This record gives sequence, structure tokens and C-alpha cells, in this order.
Amino acid sequence: MSKTEEVFSFGDAAARNAALEEEIHGDTMVLNVGPSHPATHGVLRLRLELDGETIVKCDPVIGYLHRGEEKVAENFTYNQFIPYTDRLDYIGPIHNNVTYALAVERLAGIDVPERCQAIRVICCELARLLSHFIGLGCYGMDAGALTVFMYMFTDREKIYSLMEELCGARFTTNYTRIGGLQRDIPDGWLDHVLKVCDDVEKTNELCDKLLTRNRIFYDRCVGVAPLSKEDAISYGVSGPNARASGIAMDLRKDKPYLGYENYEFNVPVGTNGDSYDRWLVRVEEVRQSVRIIRQAVTKMPGGLWYNDKATKIFRPRKDKVLSSMEELIQNFMITTEGPELPVGEAFFEAENPKGRQAFFVVSKGGGVPWRLRIHGPSFSIISALPKILPGCLVQDVPVVLGSIDFVMGDCDR
Amino acid sequence: MATKILERKPLTLAERTYLPQIAAGLWVTFRKMFGRRVTLEYPEQKPPIPRGYRGVPTLVKDPNGREKCVSCQLCEFVCPPKAIRITPGEIPADSATAHVEKAPKDFELNMLRCIYCGLCEEACPERAIVLQNVYSLNAATREEVVLHKDKLYELGGTLPDKIMKWDKKKAAADKAAGGHH
Repeated sequence: MSKTEEVFSFGDAAARNAALEEEIHGDTMVLNVGPSHPATHGVLRLRLELDGETIVKCDPVIGYLHRGEEKVAENFTYNQFIPYTDRLDYIGPIHNNVTYALAVERLAGIDVPERCQAIRVICCELARLLSHFIGLGCYGMDAGALTVFMYMFTDREKIYSLMEELCGARFTTNYTRIGGLQRDIPDGWLDHVLKVCDDVEKTNELCDKLLTRNRIFYDRCVGVAPLSKEDAISYGVSGPNARASGIAMDLRKDKPYLGYENYEFNVPVGTNGDSYDRWLVRVEEVRQSVRIIRQAVTKMPGGLWYNDKATKIFRPRKDKVLSSMEELIQNFMITTEGPELPVGEAFFEAENPKGRQAFFVVSKGGGVPWRLRIHGPSFSIISALPKILPGCLVQDVPVVLGSIDFVMGDCDR
Repeated sequence: MATKILERKPLTLAERTYLPQIAAGLWVTFRKMFGRRVTLEYPEQKPPIPRGYRGVPTLVKDPNGREKCVSCQLCEFVCPPKAIRITPGEIPADSATAHVEKAPKDFELNMLRCIYCGLCEEACPERAIVLQNVYSLNAATREEVVLHKDKLYELGGTLPDKIMKWDKKKAAADKAAGGHH
């Protein structure tokens, strides 16, 4: 039992004072980092035990951003919950929409047309750019390079403008629906995507040039908080952090969804698993994402953006609702009862920007999930912090937190 | 799987001395200083609003000035944060739009709760509630941002309607009634 826990459990004031005395004048000192809002990662508290400047023990305290999303899901129809998935990993919200829709579609046993899949791929990769740009930018800022943060944020705003054109909101996208999308892509949007891709690529190269070989940054990151391959596996770490540790794991390659097997891209893998590798992996992933977006834009197929066979799941089109009785009734049914889904359960995992995000849907029939389990990648990497932080210095903490790029909305749910 | 092992080369002498890098960094700053400005001076300059933007939900009227909402309460049902409350009311029998039967007596939209998700617009079977361009809603008190019917119609205005469902219905009903005579 640690010393602070003892202090809290003592009813006796004298014993409490003695323990506090021991804590102050003992070998180690307890330092609370947070609960604050470290940049945009969310509210995390780290309870560090220090010996001088070296960290002996780290206790992450989570739960400050818990909103009970899983319970909320049980009270809503499948479509009503989609705005709530925006708020899971809120750095790349549109990817959560896609993952959730794919999970429920797996339960329903329906497919979406190719055009819908291609649009979703572009959305996913734009979300990855959003996420990695904030990850890299904040990492730079935590290491003292504020300029990189500004440059990357400028380009993030451009991607947000794309989102605004696509679905009407910059941040809370709410774009996918079960069996399709909220609406088709607007005219000229793909050209804007390509233009933004050029800008993003330029900024990425610029920031790569500014920081990757910069001596101050290099010295602060190389060899800091390495996560070994074995530890990464045993803690269930996934995504860029696992790849930095040398695990060639990417669900887009391992269990392809949305037709990812038709796109050419490489999976960057690091060698040492230290903070510097985590930077390199993300910089390379931005390049690969841009590559995927360009391929998806060039071969964007025509057709519908929703499954027109799934009439009991996807809402009929508005002009039909206004003019035909059958569709009007269908609209009422889908709104009030929810999409008609079979009894059963479905598990779906996708490569979110931060790692493996999974939804497990249990249905007892009808339009409301009986239980929805959400797995977030940030939870795994935060649980690995007690393993990687001891041995680091206090001033390494911001660098390590920046390098693992977690988001508390995803961890606490 | 196509993997790419990331190389890590040690720093060169020039990189270790750091001075050339300061010069390179300053050159980037210098270039950006005279580049195109990316910021917007907000209240004076307004950002362009794309088509289909999801701003404040508003109520709209059809080109004849009839309020389109028939208080079916579908938006009230679907709204995830429960921001909408509708009090249904009858349309008086002597009114020109009496055949529509219902209109909201009051339509309360609590903008403190609204999350701008657009599900109300999607669910509406009359296309009566539309998320339009208003994105800046300010008030000094909480009560002011709980919008009521008059304010919602003021924000919404009139939208063109291609289908004019209720006029068609009335015409069909009149024709049927005429046929019986």
C-alpha cells in the first residue's frame, strides 16, 4: 500500500500526521501532475513518487472525463447514439462514427455500396491526419517547440473546413448512419480534399525538417521511456505506439475493412520503442494517409451512398417521405423504434488514429442495443505508463505524455 | 504486409553544432512572416459558411406563409439531449389552413442543451425544422437562449417548397368533394 493511501485510511489524526511526516521526510516525495488539462489530451492525473528528480513509481488516476457513454447507448436507438460517438476520441471524431456504424452493420448483416466505402475511407484517413497533427503538434509543444504546433494547427483548420463542407459541422461530425451516410459528398469536395492533401504534406515535411533532426528535440526524445515489444503486447497497446515498439500490427492490413486491401500503403515500424520512434511513426503515417486519400479520390466510384435494400434500417430519402405514404410510415418507424436489427451480438474493431478501437454490440432485437461495450486504445497505453515512466526524470513527463498521444475522452468514455 | 522500418541515423556534425539549424529555423520563420495570412479578424471578417451547414435549428414557413410544423413531435422524440419541447395545438376550423389540422401552440428549443446534431431536421416528415446558417447565438441570461416559436420563425424565415404536400392534398379533397355533388 502506498503512503498516501495509508494517510487517507487512518482515522487517527496523530497517526495521520506521523505518516505525513514520514512522507515528507522519507526517501521519496509524492508529486501530483494534474488533474489538469495537459494541452488537448483531456484530464489526467499522475501520482508520481520521486527520488530526487527520478520517478520511482507512477500511478495514473483516470475517470475525470467519464460520461457513461456505454450506459447512454442502452437508452438510445442506434442512430441516436452516433452524435455520442463523436465524443469518444474527439481528436478525430469522424473515425468513431465510421467504426460504430460498421459494428452495427455487422450485427445487421448488411453491406454498404462501394461509393459509401470509399467516402468512409477518406473520412477515416482525414481523421487520422487530424489526430496525428494534434499528436505531433502537441508533442512538439510539450518538448518546447511551439512553432510546430501552430503550423500543424493551421492545417488542421483546413481539414476541419473540409468536414464542415461534408457534413455541416467542423467538429461534432455525426456523419455516418447505420447502412449509409448522412448525405452524399458535395460537388467539388474531392478537389478541395486533394488541395488540402498537398498543404498537409508540405506542412508535414516542413515540421519533419524542423524537428526530427533538431538537436534539442533529438536529445530530449531519444531513449526516453522505451516500451519494449513484449510489454507492448502484454499491456494490449495498439496503433502507432505499438508500431513504434516494433510490432507490425495494423488492422487495416490484418483484418481489412472498407476495402482497405485495395489501397497501397506501408505500415511504418519503429525499432526501439522510445519517444523518438513514436514521433517517427506518426510522421510517416501522415504520409501514408495522404497516399491512401489520393488513391481513394482518384478511384471514387459512382452510385449510391447508402444501402437502398436496407429499407428498415436506413431512413428513406426526404423527397420520398414528403410525397409517399409508405416512406412516411417507414420514417416514423425508424425514428421511434429505431432501425430493425436481429437478435445477436457483433464485435468489430478498426484501426483508429490512436489504435484499436472496438465496439461490441449485444442486441435483443429492435432498435436499441441491449449492451454496448466500447474499447478505447488510450486506456491500454495509459495503463502502460507505470511501466514506462519509472526511471525517467520529471522533465521527461510532458515529452512522454506528448509522445504516446492519448485522449482522455477515449480512455474514460 | 508492406512494412517500412524507420531508420534512425545519428546526428551529423553540422546538426550537432546546432548553429546551422538555428539559421534554417529562422529562415522558415522569415518565409512564413511574409506568407499569406491564415487568421481571420472575426467580428469584422466572417468565415464563409458552406451549403448544408448545421447552425441553430429554426422553424420555417412555406411560400404561402403557412407554418410547416404539424407538431407530430418526432423531433422531440429523436433529439438526443432532449432540447425540444412541443405543445401541440389545433388550427381553428375557420382558418385557411384548417385542413392541416395541427400546428404547435408553443415550440420550445433549449439552445443550452442543443448539440447541433441535425437529427431533428433528418427526422422531420414535413421539412419544417431546418438547421441554417446562424452560428453565433449570444445572450445575457439563460432564459434568452431558450428559444420559443416566434423567435424560431424569425430565424427560419420562408423556404421554397417544391412539393407543397398540403396544397395538393386540399386540391385532391376539394375535387373529391366536388365530384360528389
